[in-house]
Amino acid sequence: MGNRFGKIDIPLVVCYLMLVFIGWINIYAAVYSQEHSSIFDMSQRYGMQFIWIITALILAVAILFVINPKVYSVLSPPIYLGVCLLLVAVIFLGKEVNGSNSWFQIGPVSFQPAEVSKISTSLFLAYIMSKYNFRLGNMRDALSVALTILVPMAIIVMEKETGSALVYCGFIFLLYREGLSGWVLVFGILSIVLFVVTLAVSSLAAIIILFVLAGTINGIYTRKLMQHLVVIVPAAILLGFLPAIAEKWIPSLAGFKFEYIALGTTTALALAATVIYKGKRGRHLKYLLAGFFCSIALIFSVEFIFNNILQPHQRSRIENLLGITEDLMGAGYNVHQSKIAIGSGGFAGKGFLNGTQTKFDFVPEQSTDFIFCTIGEEWGFMGSVLVVGIYLFLISRLIILSERQKDRFARIYGYCVACCFFMHFFINIGMTMGLVPVIGIPLPLLSYGGSSLWSFTTLLFIFIKLDMERWRY
Amino acid sequence: MERKSVLIIGLLAVGLILVAQLFNLQILKDEYKITAENNAYKYVTRYPVRGLILDRNGNILVGNKNTYDIMVTPIEVKEFDTLDFCSIFNIEPEFVKEKFKEYRKYRRRIGYQSLTFLKQVSNIQYSIFMEKGWKFPGFSAVSRTSRNYPFAAGANLFGYVTEVDPNFLKKNPDYKSGDYVGASGLEKSYENVLKGEKGYSILLRDVHNRIQSSFEDGAYDKAAVAGSDIISTIDGYLQQYGEELMQNKVGSLVAIEPSTGEILALISSPGINIDQLASINKHYKEIVNDPYKPMFNRAVMSAYPPGSVFKLVNGLIGLQEGVITPETRYNCSMGYHYGDRKLGCHAHPSPTNLTQSIMMSCNAYYCYTLRAILENRKYSSISEAFNNWREMVMSFGFGRKLGSDFPAELGGTLPTTNTYDKIYGKNRWRAHSVISLSIGQGEIGATPLHLANLAATLANRGYYYIPHLVKESPGSPIDARFKERNYTLVDTTHFHKVVEGMYLAVNAAPGTGGTARQAHVEGLDICGKTGTAQNPHGKDNAVFICFAPRENPKIAIAAYIENAGFGGTWAAPIASLMVEKYLNGETSRPDLEKRMKEANLQQYVPIKRRR
Repeated sequence: MGNRFGKIDIPLVVCYLMLVFIGWINIYAAVYSQEHSSIFDMSQRYGMQFIWIITALILAVAILFVINPKVYSVLSPPIYLGVCLLLVAVIFLGKEVNGSNSWFQIGPVSFQPAEVSKISTSLFLAYIMSKYNFRLGNMRDALSVALTILVPMAIIVMEKETGSALVYCGFIFLLYREGLSGWVLVFGILSIVLFVVTLAVSSLAAIIILFVLAGTINGIYTRKLMQHLVVIVPAAILLGFLPAIAEKWIPSLAGFKFEYIALGTTTALALAATVIYKGKRGRHLKYLLAGFFCSIALIFSVEFIFNNILQPHQRSRIENLLGITEDLMGAGYNVHQSKIAIGSGGFAGKGFLNGTQTKFDFVPEQSTDFIFCTIGEEWGFMGSVLVVGIYLFLISRLIILSERQKDRFARIYGYCVACCFFMHFFINIGMTMGLVPVIGIPLPLLSYGGSSLWSFTTLLFIFIKLDMERWRY
Repeated sequence: MERKSVLIIGLLAVGLILVAQLFNLQILKDEYKITAENNAYKYVTRYPVRGLILDRNGNILVGNKNTYDIMVTPIEVKEFDTLDFCSIFNIEPEFVKEKFKEYRKYRRRIGYQSLTFLKQVSNIQYSIFMEKGWKFPGFSAVSRTSRNYPFAAGANLFGYVTEVDPNFLKKNPDYKSGDYVGASGLEKSYENVLKGEKGYSILLRDVHNRIQSSFEDGAYDKAAVAGSDIISTIDGYLQQYGEELMQNKVGSLVAIEPSTGEILALISSPGINIDQLASINKHYKEIVNDPYKPMFNRAVMSAYPPGSVFKLVNGLIGLQEGVITPETRYNCSMGYHYGDRKLGCHAHPSPTNLTQSIMMSCNAYYCYTLRAILENRKYSSISEAFNNWREMVMSFGFGRKLGSDFPAELGGTLPTTNTYDKIYGKNRWRAHSVISLSIGQGEIGATPLHLANLAATLANRGYYYIPHLVKESPGSPIDARFKERNYTLVDTTHFHKVVEGMYLAVNAAPGTGGTARQAHVEGLDICGKTGTAQNPHGKDNAVFICFAPRENPKIAIAAYIENAGFGGTWAAPIASLMVEKYLNGETSRPDLEKRMKEANLQQYVPIKRRR
């Protein structure tokens, strides 16, 4: 055992170095120009990124070999508090960049507290959840967890950095791991589906989905799934065609809100299930019913949320994503150009520095949020899949390593890191390919920027250090 | 299931979705690749130099010259001295004002593009502009090639080159807007040879449409491939000479080398002014409105009554059918009388045998002959006899397109039994009904090319090669059809008596009645036949076909001059001058040549104004 004692996890470090290197050369490609062709040219972004990388590596070494890992657990409350204060302070003291107040400017260096907040929140979450006697089922504990996540999230929303705030939703996966009911995840996904369907198709369609779902669950509970489906599916199709049928044969019904009929049918179905099976699996049914009514409430409030709560630019980004409007020169420009750049890469890509979309600035923000375009264009399907693969490996490695921690703090912290990486990875790459609305968050370790690189380095290496020391506890 | 596994499976599912979308964008869909190319690459067409057209002796008939287009990049233009600018190019300040008004209107669409401001400015204007160019930022000159014509002859023959129009583009997707294409004449029929291959340079542009650089330093550029030259069968000097002779006359001259079918000269008068050909678009209205229709190529399109030269064909068919022999004699008392009608003839000794009838161009002889052909007891009906006659006539090339390589060639007209059934009723017509066919009048129409081909057939004593305009040369073979002898349905043995008549028509002693004495040139042994075709619009048309020398003929010619009167007076001398020019290089009859060149016969042509 002795030789494994204090060992650094090499795969994680290799992933880290690969991503940082890929990022650096693609930033070079994205802002490449003939006049400044040296990759070390400090007047250019790739030169600067080189400095960020070197300093990030120094930081990593310090975390691994200098700082005593015990401080994280002990200092996490003051760090968390301090960062929250910084988050508030930046609203008043920060400089405005692209309409958000989330940047501090200290001399030549800009710095975004929201980036650091990911680390502090993760540490503090690990701290409170690793306390003796902590139980997620306990109301007090659940509340403290919710507050830990929601406070920085709310402040960041106030900084008008909604994208960064969205990352905190990723902690739901940690909570799931630590005992949160799987139904929460299911309903989370369901509500996204219902939101999208209501917006892109109609509320009737969303209700029909709910109808089929209720029928299917009933079927599963009674162990007569087939018999249920035989009735439910034709009924769903009939419901779907009701407006068209009415328009054709009963013109006097034109304009009638058929979703109410569907709603009535669905509700009857759900309630019938409750009455019949009450007592058998009552606990689940209670949650199901609650989720069902929440879903219905969601469907009918989609329009309100969309029109009144979302900002106009968020609205247009979603509309573009769902194909409700097409505005290739306006809100849809970024994504359209980004898809062109990625799509034009083909299988093998155009080769390093040969990307035309990349070189001539067709995609805005290409070295930061849209760095994945450069990879897609110049390295093609092969390169893109490689990068996606590295991230998938990194995140699953984080999950596996977390699971082997004996210490709860290290395990929870590891999951937090995995969640942060996952949210950034999925949202960013999904956005460049038009799967997710445009949300301006960087691709971890790849995008240009010191703030982001440093914080992800810190986030990751604290865990590597914790993993390295796992036998000491 | 362990929650860890659920999470990892979920993660992999998300990864799969991302990879699927990557696959969709990068492998399945083409639209993004195309858009990317349009985004960043700018293909600049490099136009090839069009192939030359050479004459049979290697002289340049159609060459290329440099002209210049003045380009403007509106966004780069600063204030400039409009009057100075206009004085260089001889244009009105209003023109400049109008142009810039337009540019301002479309400035968004134009962006950084360059547009053509003036087309085909002269070399002098170009050099002045180059000197003063610094005063006019945003303007530049690019060189273009356009056609030039060293011989100043053959406009209708060569045809013109013009920018493609949208209609043409619809039918020919290989062409792009801005390309040039041969629109008539040789330029059209040999477009594929002459056009060459376009090339391109690939330039890269950025998001602001500014040109950044040449892509890969031009490694993927494609150089334009110049068009191939064609060697035409035309003799440049003969063509030029023929046009001089035909000036101020309406009609056509066609000269063929009988032993090959090569067209030596093809003149349609009046033709397009060769000085206007290279920039025909500027003059198009003027040319189209010309009452003499210079665009109409009479040599291959106009169906004229052939007149007396057609007697040769009828005589040959008579011999072949056995209804006459060379010794058959017919009386002529100032014409052919049938019933109470008469087809008149001029005064000449009578009766005549075949040879004499040709020499003196007796009308009656051929009325008898055609009647004998059509009333031949061999055939059960006149329709059958007529169809047989018609088939024989067609074997000389009449009544159909000969199949030359000239694009606008037409087939003339040749009546069928239907034609007469319609006029007279089925089986209600006799030989007399169609008697004017005997002397090449009535329902028959032949192009001058048909007539020249007849002359060549006679020169060859019974066969012809399809007349064509492009010579075979190493590396560019001509179509096999041009190398085939086409025999007529008349045996070759019958031709020498007819040729004898043609020889006498030109070379018989004065006073013996030869109709084409005017065409006589000592030592050339020209054989010819005059014709005087009735023209319902004014004076008769003068016709003459001939070949020379009598043995091993080198040239066969048809001359057709509208409203010029008797064939011997105008057509024969002009044709003989052509023969002399071609065989001897110069004329022994300068006075005649001068008279022919100066004569204005155009004045007799009635003008039908269009619309």
